[in-house]
Amino acid sequence: MMAFEVINGSQAAAIAVQRAGIDLVAAYPITPQTVIVETLADFAAKGELGGEFVSLESEYSALSFCNGASAAGARVFTATASHGLAYMHEMIHWCSGARFPIVMANVNRAIGAPWCLDPDQGDSLSQRDTGWLQIYCSGAQEVFDTILQAFALSEELLLPCMVVFDGFYISHTYEAVDIPEIQDVGKFIGPPSFGAQVIPGEPGNLHGMASAENQQRLVRSRHEAMLRAPALYEEINGRYERLFGRKYGAIDAVMPPGARTAILTAGATAETVRWCLPDLEQTGLIQLRMFRPFPAKQLCAVLETYDIEKVLVVDRNCSIGAGGIFAQELKSALYGLARPPAVHDLILAGGVDLTGALIKNALSKMPLENRSTELWGVE
Amino acid sequence: MAAIEQLTQDFLRTKKLPHIWCPGCGNGIVTAAMVRAFKRAGFEQRDIVIVSGIGCSSRAAGYLNFNTLHTTHGRALSFATGLKMARPELHVFVIMGDGDCSAIGGNHFIHTARRNIDLNAVIVNNHIYGMTGGQHSPLTPSGKKATTAPLGTLERSFDLLELARGAGATFGARGTAAQPRQLEQLMVRGAKHKGFSVIEALSPCPISYGRRNKLGGPVEMLLDIKNKSVPVERASEMSSEELEGKNVTGLIYAYDAPEFSEEYYRMIEQFKDK
Ligand code: SF4
Repeated sequence: MMAFEVINGSQAAAIAVQRAGIDLVAAYPITPQTVIVETLADFAAKGELGGEFVSLESEYSALSFCNGASAAGARVFTATASHGLAYMHEMIHWCSGARFPIVMANVNRAIGAPWCLDPDQGDSLSQRDTGWLQIYCSGAQEVFDTILQAFALSEELLLPCMVVFDGFYISHTYEAVDIPEIQDVGKFIGPPSFGAQVIPGEPGNLHGMASAENQQRLVRSRHEAMLRAPALYEEINGRYERLFGRKYGAIDAVMPPGARTAILTAGATAETVRWCLPDLEQTGLIQLRMFRPFPAKQLCAVLETYDIEKVLVVDRNCSIGAGGIFAQELKSALYGLARPPAVHDLILAGGVDLTGALIKNALSKMPLENRSTELWGVE
Repeated sequence: MAAIEQLTQDFLRTKKLPHIWCPGCGNGIVTAAMVRAFKRAGFEQRDIVIVSGIGCSSRAAGYLNFNTLHTTHGRALSFATGLKMARPELHVFVIMGDGDCSAIGGNHFIHTARRNIDLNAVIVNNHIYGMTGGQHSPLTPSGKKATTAPLGTLERSFDLLELARGAGATFGARGTAAQPRQLEQLMVRGAKHKGFSVIEALSPCPISYGRRNKLGGPVEMLLDIKNKSVPVERASEMSSEELEGKNVTGLIYAYDAPEFSEEYYRMIEQFKDK
């Protein structure tokens, strides 16, 4: 049994967490994440969460709390945004190193100074080297489905997973979302089976001092686990599709016949591009969903299969001094390709809105003789 | 020009008005008391710096026409400490909310008190995270409802002034938005006190706190705050049972102790030729 509900991205995230059979949610409020935790608090108050809900004195404490619970074998979730995520940074590294399969929703919002509420992706992207899986969503349905899948992926690989979506454009925008019943979700994801690290009666010291050599072994095993993610994610999506009829990839490509240009982007901007495609000539969309690990193989395969000449990357972020982050990663993924496409970058850092006019304008400024152009959303 | 208009002209960024606070919010009353206190303390505009954290009350930094720093959630006191150490002659006022100061900024709060640095902390305590929509804070009274505590918060709240005293603050006072003249006087005394001054201002948040807890509108909430406040002089004659659910107001403590920035510069002086 499925039922459509008109909800926003934050509610979709919260309902997915409730359906996932969560043991514990720990969080601290920050705009634009608050609706997620408020919805979960409501579930808890009505006795419908199925797990515990705790609101802590900071994001740092919230993720530390999750670490402790995960060490005890619990399925845990937290949500944050922007400065909250930045404040968690030490713990973000820690839970990956400790192999705690925690799922976190991060609602993109610019980081100060100065204060800004718009959905720059720099908050989550600046956590790219911490050993978390990262998946970007372009709408509320995708948020719902991805959170359920994230638990499966994360617990299998013993790596934490960040599910990312844009503040306001997704977190506060309503759409019809297909919500499976809890018992059906149970067929997709059973109770956590990853095992506790803290076991009463079996005393042990967790995460004590390691030599450089042992540290490297641990880093390598995390790296190798992460590289398994794209294939495993496909498998997980196969199971998900059989149960609920929806499926996603590490990347999702829409290539109209004859497309020679591709627009590559992640998050809500992918949905904007999708809507604009009929108005664009010989242009397709590559929605980057998985960012860590970076699906280089899948990307190159799509670009080669369709013989793409030019890629316009829409980056709602900027690594100061290097440019848009998705464009940087794409360029390095293209290394070694016989005929790599030109990579142009439209930077919407600050959280600037993507419009059809901006896309058309950017496409008109990418002459074939240029291998790379840097364009900015605000002149 | 009437005195109040003059004050507005002198000390507020009138172009930034009207403010964004909800109708009936106490933040405006506390901000106005501050502005009057600056005048009464005889401070020059150029010698005042306002540092604020994050939350509804911290928006005051945008309206006050001084050098103002709008900083990060919980860290206002750390920014202010750096500023005061670099320019000890300035009067530094730090505006925080209860969530900002007592939760995420709790660590900085106790260490600022421990150093007894000459900063003036004004903590607008409305018992809730107002800006993010009404989540419970460490100063939400037990049992009161919040979006993150729909059945009422289980946790205990605590006395911020006693925490500050225990950590070494040398001035602690509590006023309310319902008694703005007293609040203003306390702010003047705090501003003139050498050392870390903590002024807690109890203030109504009718939108994110009052509504959910059925505390009435702004007028009822202000009356409630007023009725629950007991002057410190009277409180000393009351039993703890009688004081249950009440808020002791006035100057709770003030004493002298070495002030950090003075001690620091004294040490530099002492060792400079050695
Ligand atoms: S939410 Fe509360 S504290 Fe914030 S402006 Fe409104 S009434 Fe004031």
